[in-house]
Amino acid sequence: MIRDAVFYMTSWLPESLQILVWVMLKIVFILVPLILSVAYFTLAERKVIGYMQLRVGPNRVGPKGLFQPFADVGKLLMKEVLIPSKSNKYLFLIAPILSLAPAFAAWAVMPFSDQLVLADIDASLLYVLALTSMGVYGVIVAGWASNSKYAFLGAMRSAAQIVAYEIAMGFALVGVLMAAGSLNLREIVLAQSGSGIASWYMWPLFPLFIVYFISGVAETNRAPFDVAEGESEIVAGFHVEYSGMGFALFFLAEYANMILIAALTVLMFLGGWLPIIETAPFTWIPGVMWFGLKTSAVAFFFLWFRATFPRYRYDQIMRLGWKILIPVTLVWIFVIGIAKFYTPFGGFFS
Amino acid sequence: MSIDFKQLYKTFSLQELRKGLGVTGKRFFNKKITVMYPEEKTPKSPRFRGLHALRRYPNGEERCIACKLCEAVCPALAITIDSEEREDGQRRTTRYDIDLFKCIYCGFCEEACPVDSIVLTDIHEFHMESNGERLIDKKGLLELGDKYEEDIAEARRQDAPYR
Repeated sequence: MIRDAVFYMTSWLPESLQILVWVMLKIVFILVPLILSVAYFTLAERKVIGYMQLRVGPNRVGPKGLFQPFADVGKLLMKEVLIPSKSNKYLFLIAPILSLAPAFAAWAVMPFSDQLVLADIDASLLYVLALTSMGVYGVIVAGWASNSKYAFLGAMRSAAQIVAYEIAMGFALVGVLMAAGSLNLREIVLAQSGSGIASWYMWPLFPLFIVYFISGVAETNRAPFDVAEGESEIVAGFHVEYSGMGFALFFLAEYANMILIAALTVLMFLGGWLPIIETAPFTWIPGVMWFGLKTSAVAFFFLWFRATFPRYRYDQIMRLGWKILIPVTLVWIFVIGIAKFYTPFGGFFS
Repeated sequence: MSIDFKQLYKTFSLQELRKGLGVTGKRFFNKKITVMYPEEKTPKSPRFRGLHALRRYPNGEERCIACKLCEAVCPALAITIDSEEREDGQRRTTRYDIDLFKCIYCGFCEEACPVDSIVLTDIHEFHMESNGERLIDKKGLLELGDKYEEDIAEARRQDAPYR
């Protein structure tokens, strides 16, 4: 219906441009709420951590501090963008975009509900995996282009950490696609339908669910894995030299990535847009709402972790990644495989 | 090599992490203890060391006798005093400047003063709007003293038993 209206209004354009306009509109419909939720996620973080520390958090800008994100953005927009004199200017300016763009681009394949998906491509899980890995280039390029030892050390730490956790993350997803038999996110969610919460993948793939979420926290460089910006040793890590909008973009990218990981966790382990119980009162709530609710709940854990855990030592991060998470995922992949094909309990895993 | 199964269970059940999350999760719902500063204020000690003031005797005579002990004791060299003989033959200051940027609010001047003239009031909410205002001269200090004499005297009275 909306599609017809848009095509009618742009009927003076050649058809290829009409399609472009329609796709652009869809992108705007996804990105604007996404950017807004990213903005409010930053406020939520400050509020939640404040509450957990018996403070009230920001409450001065607007009612209950609700306009705080806009004040922050306004401040950062008006600040000068400093470029260190001996930095690589092009890379320095490209780096924040490199880290933000993949976090947004990954939403192209995100199924918000059964019908609502911008690009329903077959290998969307692979696409998402590729894009979440792209994000690390922003961090590395930023650290390299800044020509500062702190930024460089931060970038190196983050690179090593993400390489380690990418593997565990990939293996956890292998388990998911073994269970679902598909690389398409929409079909992965549909494979979890049936009897509500009981048929979500978080039960049969419980270890993978935990491993995936821990790796996701590490991938986004969040506490307790935030050595890439360890204040005590390397000031702010890879983004020490950034100010104004450059810094704001990194900030946005971090929160956009968190929401992305939360959304992916929901899609793959918590049944995406499916209601908790598939009976009357719960099925009235539209799928997009369920998806949003679940994503917010998972995203809350990122904030909860930050308020709770102290930063891991670097060797502890490496030990956890290589010696615990990866073996756990490998073992569980074998358990799934063997159970599915050699035992009568295979039904549990699909 | 033996495997400590208890330890293994502890690690894989994420026991310690869950305990930590439990603590913060509980605090999330606790009553918040934030003091909403400009609207609410915490009580101040009578010994609070804030903005300076010069006091007078009840008959209106200024207390300062220009002994310059405060100037000598000031570790930040924030006090500058000039003195002259007044018409009635008493020694008085002609200049008494305090540089608020140099001052570290240690309160030594107040301790050194033999006549309780220079004091630190409990005012901490003050600001300067232009460059010269960091220097308070004798007139300004005496004005502050006159304005807040009651508070200053009350704070000294409360603290007297412990001196």
